[in-house]
Amino acid sequence: MDISDSWSWRGLTRRRLLECAGSIAGLTALQSVMPGMAGAATALPVAPVKREGDADVIELTIARTEMEVARRAARPITINGTVPGPVVRLREGRDAVIRVTNHLDEPTSIHWHGILLPFRMDGVPGVSFPGIAPGETFTYRYPVRQSGTYWYHSHSGLQEQLGHYGALVVEPADAEPFTYDRDYVVVLSDWTFEDPDSVFRNLKVAEGYYNYQKRTVGDFFGDVREMGVGPALDKLAMWGRMRMSPRDLLDVTGSTYTYLANGFSPEANWTGFFRAGERVRLRFINASAMTYFDVQVPRLEMTVVQADGQNVEPVVTDEFRIGVAETYDVIVTPTDSRAYTIFAEAMDRSGFARATLAPREGMAGPVPERRPVPERGMAAMGMSMEMGGDMAGDMKQDKAMSGHAGMNHDSGGSSPMEMGTGGPVSHGPNDHGPGAAMVARNPRSRLDDPGVGLENAGHRVLTYAQLRSRAPWPDRRPPARDLELHLTGNMERYMWSFDGKKFSEVDGPIIFRHGERLRLTLVNDTMMDHPIHLHGMWMELDTGAGPLKPRKHTISVKPGEQISAEITADAPGDWAFHCHLLYHMKAGMFRVVSVTA
Amino acid sequence: MHAEPDWPAPVEEHWYGRVLIDRLEVAVAEDEETLNWDAQAWYGGDVDRVWFETEGEHVLEDGEGGELETADLFYSRRVAPFWDLRAGPGYQREYGPGPDRDRFFGVLGVQGLAPYWFETEANLRVSEDGDVSADAELEYDLLLTQRLILQPRFETTVAFQDVPEFGQGAGMTGFRTGLRLRYEIMREFAPYLGVSWRRDLGETADLVEAEGGDTSSVAVVFGVRVWF
Repeated sequence: MDISDSWSWRGLTRRRLLECAGSIAGLTALQSVMPGMAGAATALPVAPVKREGDADVIELTIARTEMEVARRAARPITINGTVPGPVVRLREGRDAVIRVTNHLDEPTSIHWHGILLPFRMDGVPGVSFPGIAPGETFTYRYPVRQSGTYWYHSHSGLQEQLGHYGALVVEPADAEPFTYDRDYVVVLSDWTFEDPDSVFRNLKVAEGYYNYQKRTVGDFFGDVREMGVGPALDKLAMWGRMRMSPRDLLDVTGSTYTYLANGFSPEANWTGFFRAGERVRLRFINASAMTYFDVQVPRLEMTVVQADGQNVEPVVTDEFRIGVAETYDVIVTPTDSRAYTIFAEAMDRSGFARATLAPREGMAGPVPERRPVPERGMAAMGMSMEMGGDMAGDMKQDKAMSGHAGMNHDSGGSSPMEMGTGGPVSHGPNDHGPGAAMVARNPRSRLDDPGVGLENAGHRVLTYAQLRSRAPWPDRRPPARDLELHLTGNMERYMWSFDGKKFSEVDGPIIFRHGERLRLTLVNDTMMDHPIHLHGMWMELDTGAGPLKPRKHTISVKPGEQISAEITADAPGDWAFHCHLLYHMKAGMFRVVSVTA
Repeated sequence: MHAEPDWPAPVEEHWYGRVLIDRLEVAVAEDEETLNWDAQAWYGGDVDRVWFETEGEHVLEDGEGGELETADLFYSRRVAPFWDLRAGPGYQREYGPGPDRDRFFGVLGVQGLAPYWFETEANLRVSEDGDVSADAELEYDLLLTQRLILQPRFETTVAFQDVPEFGQGAGMTGFRTGLRLRYEIMREFAPYLGVSWRRDLGETADLVEAEGGDTSSVAVVFGVRVWF
């Protein structure tokens, strides 16, 4: 793929690029440019910054722009003319002043994802402010008290799906505990040529609309060959009783999505340059509406140094799964002067985003073959016990789940549907009503589980259990209060909720008392992974790392998983708390957390 | 909460609707051709919905008439994760070649997805004359490939009284079953081919025989499944 293609794709002309060159040149600490090479051509644009006293001032303009995506005419929402928007670079210890002008014909907003700030600046229409009306400019102003890789996006309607997102990078006040020679942001996203409202309607009125990897008669006979007639029938029957599909991995798939890396389709192939032996920092941001990605750079090992913008003890790995809205910073050291592929495969294997690290332009490395579509496990349902562990290896990971009908929730551990090993808790009597098609009978920790489809990856895969904060966080008080929330859903009607209640059905906010330390426990009663995002405050993920709990703004919860995080409620005001799968949030998986005195 | 009354809701819920023409087909039997339909439409939220359902057949020969078997209007409420309870008025009409006959019903039913993925519908009908009947319908989608889908379906009715003017005898009146193979060119549009078999039973069969009709009829069907 040649670079000029990529450029026309991004709607940027060479002239425009040269106009920007001045501002980019001043900011090459982020996107190092090799002398004599069109290095800047590979970097995302950076929003120009004006220094005014203690403030860094940035102007952003939101508009609909005609451009090509994957060589097809499209009309995405752009920020300063591009998708993703420009990299917003802030500096720890200074004030951010960001003027956002809305040139759309509908209200918009920008939420600064992962940034601690006064709640009025958080950018959630209806929670922190009224939104930005068409033609208006809203000025965000907040002190920057942290550093690392974050992102920003619309919190209005389904605008994120239309391209309204970008990277936010905060330079630290002090040196970071790792070094690197080059620094690239890699924004992963999912693009559709459909109207997002029509995507949502399809999900609402026709379950499985985008899933073209459902189980067929042939898959059943495959099971028969693999495990024998009896077990294959048992498997069919168990899923049948639950009316669930083990192939229900992502709601919106490669059947409509083109997966993008820094706005480039796999064919357009975004390329970052390096010289052999350099340490390259890759700031991965999952800005997708609906897609979990499994990221690898074949032939290079990755050292994970930050998660959700926070320093972690370095973990060397070959692949990591990035939930929607999460970020991971990794360092790779390509030693050969050859092209390396950055391969981000959708969790359901229905497509991939691809980019390249290369010593010069026009090079491409081999693109790995997509792996077969994985299936959610049934070990959960007691099958491995019943069947003497005959289930295929892939199926051993999932935990106890049970459907509403045909299964006895209230029977004791003798039920064949429950794991004999027992979990840390069993599900209470509340089955959450018609909005919840199932409950996890014996939810358990899955922190050391790489997730569906990665159990037998054949190489190292990052898990939450490996994340340890680089340094202890200041609030060491034990939590004084426990709060348990269940993630619930009914796929058939595309209802998504907490505790079986959609946002429209709850009376008021979740109350945190200002200054309290509390433990939030999330129990996933659904068959989907959910990236749960708390605005305004960190969640210190309880991985068993004692005082070195990793801090996260978004926690991905696997099916049947129970996971806990400690929170210091130090940010007064109202904050959004929701599933970051865009259409799950839209369907009602959203709450307001009110931090009150 | 700090939100002010004129602020928008952070997430807004909308009502949706869908029209599904599950079967629109020509059925070619030994002695007649008919145009059959089976369609439903709903509008509403996740829990409360309004439904319209209709099913019937029209004989494709001038003046031979046909039957609007059901035209039901329901209010439905999701009472369990996979089940709607619903109630409303229903209407039935037989027309041509003789005098038209029609009747109204009160209908109470359930609709939903039974374990093992059976699309299920069951209704209890009480006519304006006090005649009671119950009907049930089952459909199953068997995926041969992602787009080629074999759909067996079965429907039956039980009448609790003789209603000769509508050709119904007390007891199980019979069943209709079919096997349709559709190809989803898009999710919304799928042409199909299939066979259907109607069998009258018991007193209903006696009534049909007395009128000189066939109590069993096999037809080849072709049609489309469409939704929007």
